Order: sequence, then C-alpha cells, then structure tokens
Amino acid sequence: MADPMKIRAQMKGDAAEIRVLMSHPMETGQRKDGAGKIIPAHFIQSLIVAVNGKTVVDGQIGTSVSRNPVFGFKVKGAKAGDKVVVSWVDNTGDKRSDETAIS
Amino acid sequence: MKQPIMLSALAALSLATMAPQAAAEEKPAAGKPQMKQMHARPTAKAAVDPTTADFEKFRAVMEDTNPAELFELKGKELWKQKRGPRNASLEQCDLGLGPGVVKGAYVKMPRYFADVDQVMDAERRIVHCMVTLQGFKAEDLAKKPFSSDAGTPDPVSLTTYVAAQSRGMKLAIPQKNAKEREAFQVGREIFNYRAGPYDFSCATCHGEDGKRIRTQVLPNLSTKEGAIATSQGWPGYRLTGGFMHTIQWRMNDCFRQQRFPEPGYVSDTITALLTYMGANASGQVYNGPGIKR
Repeated sequence: MADPMKIRAQMKGDAAEIRVLMSHPMETGQRKDGAGKIIPAHFIQSLIVAVNGKTVVDGQIGTSVSRNPVFGFKVKGAKAGDKVVVSWVDNTGDKRSDETAIS
Repeated sequence: MKQPIMLSALAALSLATMAPQAAAEEKPAAGKPQMKQMHARPTAKAAVDPTTADFEKFRAVMEDTNPAELFELKGKELWKQKRGPRNASLEQCDLGLGPGVVKGAYVKMPRYFADVDQVMDAERRIVHCMVTLQGFKAEDLAKKPFSSDAGTPDPVSLTTYVAAQSRGMKLAIPQKNAKEREAFQVGREIFNYRAGPYDFSCATCHGEDGKRIRTQVLPNLSTKEGAIATSQGWPGYRLTGGFMHTIQWRMNDCFRQQRFPEPGYVSDTITALLTYMGANASGQVYNGPGIKR
C-alpha cells in the first residue's frame, strides 16, 4: 500500500466538513527528466469517499490534479461518530485506503 | 559547476582580521556610511502593500491543509523505525533535551552539544544521530540532501517531524555558551558579508523592512519582527513542484541566487547563519511547518 493519507472530518452545522490530504507524485506522463527521458505517468484515477458505508463521492481524477492532492467537501446529513473511508486507485493499480470518524 | 568552497573559513578569516568590529552593531564588512542606514532598526512597522496582503491571505488559506503534515507522519515513522547498518531507531537521539525527547527540542536549536563540542542546528543534529546511532555515512547523506522529483530525503522528513513537535512553542535559541555566542557573531558577519559577482550579502535582500521581490516577501532578518517570518516558514512545503524543504535547502538556494559557491550541507557556515537568524526571532511562537508558494 502507498503512503498514508491524512483525513480531517468535523461537523460544521448540519454538514460534515471533510478534508483529505493524499501523498502521491501525480505525474502526468508528459514531463521529461534532466536527461530528456519522459517521466512515466503515475496519477490517481479513482477516488471514493464513503460515509457509514454509503458512497458520497465517486471521483474520476486525472492529470490536471497536482502532486499531493488536497480535496475538501461537505457532506450533508452526516453526524459525529460516522465512519469516513477514503480510497484511491492509481493508473499503476496501486491503492490506498484510510479511515477516520467524524468529530 | 559546483565549488563547495568553505565559506566558513573565509568568514573565520574576516572575523579574525575584524575582531573589534564584530562586537559593533550590524556593520557590514565594507563599512560604507550609507550602508549603516540600511541596517538601522525601524521605529514603526512598515506598511503592508495590498499585493503583499493578498499573498499572505493565500498562504493562510493554504496553510489550513498543509501537505507538510504528510512528511510529519513520514518523519515520525522514520524516527521509530530500526534502520541503517546498525539496525537502530533514532529514539535515543539527544536533540538537546535528553535522549529521545523530541517535544520542544526544535525551538531550542541551534544550540551547543557537549558530546561533539559544537553548535548544531536541528537538521545537522538529526544527521549526526543518523550517523552515530544508525551507522549511516555523512557523505552519503550529503550527496543529494534536498527534495526533488526523485523523492524526499529522510533527514527532510525527520526534520519536519521534529519541527512539528515544537508547534505552538516559543523560539528560545540559547546564547549562554561561548560557542553559541560565537556562532551568532560569525552568523552576523556572514549575513552582512558582500561577495560574489553581484556583490550581494544576505542583507542586500533581507536587511530592510517592507521589501518584496515579485511574489516573494523579503523579511528583514536582522530584526525581531522579520526574523520570525523565516523561522516560522521552515521546514516548509513548497507548492511549486510539490516539495518538502528545510531551511538547509533555503540557505543553499539563497547562496545560489547570490551566485555564491555552494555551501556545505549542514556546515558551520549554515549553522552560524541559522544561529544569528534564529536568535533574532527568539521569544516568538513557532507554529510548526509552513507552506510556500
């Protein structure tokens, strides 16, 4: 499994404010290294966020997202104590999943 | 291209020949009368222009979810892991507050360490522990010490972790020991030492209030108010390129921008500069690793 994510999930009014920090090189596959060789594409393709088992975000991520992505979103109807699971899969098949409880 | 000339030797030489002046107020080596005005302390805080204010706003927003936290996590892992030829962890590393005490250590460095009879800054001390406790070679760690597309070197993640453990604490760079005071004075000399093809010193950019170069605010590092801007920002995550950098990197890059020879990684020169700037910032709160444009 790849490097861990940092998830922050807090209740703000009637919605949960979730912020995710992912560790990923997010290479587009179009950059060249010092020697002129193409740096191979390596980026997150799918991002799924589930609250208490229910999918709330099903994202298709691409090369326009920069290194170490930061995503923030609000989830209405969530409450303190709910389990938030964030999972991603990248173009090489590598994946990562982390969870936290809404505070 | 790279010529690691030991600037510390040059600085020591200038210090030896100018010993009486070292005690004087921030006087540059050239001693020109108009230069004195540049380094004078301001009586009122310089007004912040709207562009600078906007950049500060941007930074505050980005600081809220700082990718530096990922490197804190990584550094914490590395600290506890058994690694290196000696297969040992860093949990016995003495950062100045006793073996294994990490909390509050960062804000008290650079400081004198009796076991090496030297003043060391945080990253230098961490590298020292990696060498003595884990058996890594100093030359290997100095080969590619800065973050790049190839990755983030372990000392960088470790320094980020150690720095984060001093979050919310007041900077208190010690100046009790004779070597600590000497490091401050040598640092001040270097800070004001004009050299290179541009005849720049650190003070050329960082010796006046209210200066900005394009998008980059230039804090006056010779003052208490300016010095905290530097201490606060490092280690810092740089959005350009997505790299985690420590102040060792920043010093190296400053020397490059001044077209100086490359300073030695974790060398006496850098420790002296960090002692000078750090002591200037003492008394103010450090809020943990920062974020950069």
